[in-house]
Parts: sequence; C-alpha cells; structure tokens
Amino acid sequence: MSEKSPQELLTERITRIMAAAACQQPDRIPVFGPYQKYPYHFAGITWKQAMNDYPAARAACHKFLDYFQPDADFGPIFPYPAPVMDTIGWKAMKWPGHGLDDDDSMYQYVDDAYMTADEYDEFIYDPSGFMFGKWAPRQFTALQGFAQIPPWRRFMWTGWMNIGAIAGPEMQETFRLLTKFAGELNEWWGHQVQYWGEMKEKGYPLGFAAWDWPPFDIIGDTLRGTRGILTDMRRHPGKLHDALEVATKIFIEYGSAAAGAPLPFTWVYVHKSLREFMSDAQFKEFYWPYLRKGLLALIDKGIVPVIYWEADWESRLEHIIDIPHGKIVYHLANTNFERAWDALGGKVCLMGNVPNMMLLGGTPDDVKAYCKRIIDYTKGKPGLIMDSAVMLDEARPENLKAMFDFTREYGMYR
Amino acid sequence: MKEELVTAIADMNEEEAMDLVHAMLDAGEDPQVILDAASEAMTIVGNRFDEKEYFLPELIIAGEMMKAIGDLVKPKLRAKSMEAKTIGTVLIGTVAGDIHDIGKDVVSFLLDVNSFQVHDLGVDVPAATFVARIREVKPDIVGMSGFLTMAFDQMKRTVDAIKEAGLREDVKIMIGGAIMDESAAKYIGADAYGADAAAAVRLAKSWMA
Repeated sequence: MSEKSPQELLTERITRIMAAAACQQPDRIPVFGPYQKYPYHFAGITWKQAMNDYPAARAACHKFLDYFQPDADFGPIFPYPAPVMDTIGWKAMKWPGHGLDDDDSMYQYVDDAYMTADEYDEFIYDPSGFMFGKWAPRQFTALQGFAQIPPWRRFMWTGWMNIGAIAGPEMQETFRLLTKFAGELNEWWGHQVQYWGEMKEKGYPLGFAAWDWPPFDIIGDTLRGTRGILTDMRRHPGKLHDALEVATKIFIEYGSAAAGAPLPFTWVYVHKSLREFMSDAQFKEFYWPYLRKGLLALIDKGIVPVIYWEADWESRLEHIIDIPHGKIVYHLANTNFERAWDALGGKVCLMGNVPNMMLLGGTPDDVKAYCKRIIDYTKGKPGLIMDSAVMLDEARPENLKAMFDFTREYGMYR
Repeated sequence: MKEELVTAIADMNEEEAMDLVHAMLDAGEDPQVILDAASEAMTIVGNRFDEKEYFLPELIIAGEMMKAIGDLVKPKLRAKSMEAKTIGTVLIGTVAGDIHDIGKDVVSFLLDVNSFQVHDLGVDVPAATFVARIREVKPDIVGMSGFLTMAFDQMKRTVDAIKEAGLREDVKIMIGGAIMDESAAKYIGADAYGADAAAAVRLAKSWMA
C-alpha cells in the first residue's frame, strides 16, 4: 500500500469511512478511533508535558500515525493547553500542576452547578447574556470583569450610556488577561493547524470536524451539574423542557461546524443518560427527543453524527434505533456487541468496541480473537468501524497494533 | 403521622415530607420516631432502586431529604440512641488521579441504607491514604471507584500497597466504575467487581453473611 500517493491514500480512507458510515460496502472495515492520552504515552511523554510543550505533542501524534496508520486521525485537537488555561483561570477544570499532583493524570472537569435552578428563566430568555454576564465569571477567574457589563441586548438606542464599567478596574484586568490569553491561545492553534496540514500531506483525514454534546448534557455538564439536572427532572420539569429547547439549537450550532468537511463527522459525547442515571421514561421524555431532533437537523446538513454511547446501552437500544438508517454512527463502549448488532446491524454503523482493559492487560491474541468475533458476527454485512471501547489512554503497543493490523487483514470484504 | 411521613419520603414528595416533620416536632413527637421513619423510607427507596423503579435522581433527592430531616431533628435528640446496628464496615473512595464521585456516592448511600457503616474517603485518594485508613478503621470491605481508564493501574497500585502493608487478608476488595468488568478485577487484584450500586450491596452482604 506504500506505492499510493498521500492524496490517493487520503481519498481512499475518506471513501472507506464514508461507505462504512452509510452501511455500504467499503474495501475493508475501517479502523481508527478516539484516543486521549495514548499517543503521548506511546511517545513517552507525560500528559503534563503534552499540555505544555506543543511541538512535543505534535511529534507524539506523528509517531502514533506513522506506527499504527489509522484510517483517520482522531483530532481535532491536542491536549488542552495548560498555559492558556492558567491565564484564563479555568476554575471548573483540574489538570496536572493545577489541582492534580500526578504529572500523568487526565484533566477532569469539576462537576458542579454553575447556574442555579432559579436562573433557568434568565438562560432561556437570553442564553448569550447569561453565559457572558454570569456563567463566564463563575468559570474563569480572568473573566470577572464581564459581571460588571450590562447584557448586550440593552445596547440599543442609548444603551451605550450604561457601559462605563468598561473603564473600571475589574474589566481592565479582564482585558489585560484576555490579551495575554489570546496570544497564547493562537500559539497553540498554530501548532494544531500545522499538524493538520502535515497529517493531510501524509494522507490522513481529520476524523472529527466538530464536537458536540446532547442538549441534556449542554444543560447538565455546563450549567446545572449532574445532581442539579437529574433532580430538575422531578423538581423543575417545565423549566428544564424550555431550556432543552434552547439547548437543542445550541447543539445544532456546535455540530454544524462539520458541514462541508472532507470527513463531515461530528463527535457527540453522551454523559448523563446512562442506565443508572435515569429511567427509560425520563430518557424518553427529557433526553432522546431533543437529541434526536438535533441529530436530524445535522443529518439534513449532510453531517454524520457519531454518538459516543459510553458505558452499557443495551437496555435502551430499542429507543435509539429510531433514527434514519445509514446516516449516523453509534460508538459502543460496554454494550454487548452481538446484542447491539442484532438490533442495529446494517441500519446504523457501529463503531467499537475492543475492551480497553484487554488492550492494556491482554495479549495480541486476545485482541485478535475479539476482533475476529465481532467481524465474524457481522457475516460480511457492512456498517462496522473497528475501534477501542472507550477513549484510549493506556495500552500495550503490541495489543493496539494487533487491533489495527488484524482488522486491515481480516476485515477485507469479499 | 409516622406512616404518612414514610410514604411521603419514599414517594419523593419533598414538601409534604418536610411539612410533616415540622408538624410532628410541633406536636412533641419523639425525634427518634422521625428518624426511624426516614430510615424506613430510605430502605423503600433502596429497594425501588434495586427494582429499577428509581434511578439516580430519586437517590439524590432521598439523600437530600435525609440530610434536611437529620439537620432539623438531630439537635433535638437526647444524646443516647444513634448507635445503629451495623452489619459491616466499608471504606470507600475514588482512586488517585480521578475526581469522579457520582458512582461512589450512590454506592455509599445504598450501603448506608442497608445498615453498613460507611467511611467515605472522597475522591483522588492516594494508595497510602487507603492503607492508613484501613489501619485506623479496620473495615471489612474496601470499595474502590474509578471512571478513567487510568484507574485500572491506579487501583492495581492501591491493591499492591494494601498487600505490601500486610493488610490484604483482612479486607475484601470490590471495584466499580463504568469501564470496569471482571477482567479488570482480576488485573487489579480485587475480589470482585460490581456492575452497579445494587450489585455492590449484594456483594457486600454476601461477604458479611
């Protein structure tokens, strides 16, 4: 395969992945997927280094691409940039050197309520006003000044008379930090953009052109926190429904960034609807209808949403099948593959789900046997993308190599 | 009124439950009766969770009601009672490097409802802290929670530390978290894995039987 030009490889890979996503027959089963820490782990640098040393992060990603040759890079970004997050003072996140002691700890979001239940109306009325004036100062120490400025909707006619607070010390400090922040941020993006160009020159498409979160998780993760949103289903159902309508529009806006990309995939994280988190009735009332509406809007724009169904979804398969066939990818984690294939196979492309524990603690033979088991189960019917079960942090290189090589060889159609 | 209170709490009628507590206190009811009603209701909530009628939202609300009632009633309690019977002691925490707490909190709550004495070490708990607290509390069971894939190795390190401290034979160890499974329990050196909070309670009970 090395005789093909990078451009040919790029086209071949995009064609292969798009066919699988549409449940049509590609030349073989594509293999690529979501990694987090793994390329850096593989290259021998800590997560802290990867968050601080952008050239080192870029080199690590190249090493990963060259060795495993996935059908697409996961992308679109390197680890979050620590210096930038330090400058903006992201209070809702912990990372190595900032709330986490171990240099190799994954960064983690501090789950909490950043909007009170009393503030639903404010958010529903003007989400941007709320995010700017209330949410941002709560999340970022550098953005305290925003709390002093009236909502921009009141700028009309002589509204400008009321924004003198811009000259105040809080807002001046915010301006100073934002200028520093933007410079640092652009440096990081520069490395990103450089990497995307280099990746393309090697013949690898960017796996995901946009990231997104279901409407329920937009409210749950960002605003109300897990405890807040789950109890709001009982305590404030009406307000929650109204906010979910707003969040559905935000979901579509985020996901639409993939429109027109060579591989128009939008990655959708699913967080707060796991089996134990809500009943089927709650899922059908608060979660799925809004997500489904948003997905249909993205599909209409030619985008392929890839839903990251973390944990075990077997009990909800009957609901999530209600989606246009051949237009979407469901990424499986702990859901039993055979049960999922029985329900969705050939209708919805399934991605996954080689257990991460096996990639870490098993042998290449274990991995090959698992891949063979799921490939055999599809009986040559298309609509499968091979991948690890969840975001890849740690694995034995020989195990991961076995997943890639075996799929390339055994996953040929016909 | 006691039965009404049990029903109000178990059925998630928060306002009614708190009104009843106030009314009972005003009528001079023994605070212990109110606490007994609340814990009776918690058992019902736990059972409904086990039967998949209730989920996380209901457990969180039940926990908050329990706390609100406790805050109101406990100061009025004559200092004796409160020495509840326990069927075992559990030390629980999310392992180092991981700050996810929801799963651990649900397991703690259900174990507590099921008459276990629970010592919750919180999140991001280093192996050395597990070891120190095992020496101090002498639990029957150690529960480790983790959501990140790096928790596999961190749990393994924690079990190894417990072994090195010569405490492994004194405790049963269970693990939980969305990505855990039987093979993870084996890799880590734990005694068992629980797929959900109800499974954790079943495991704990089976070990104390």
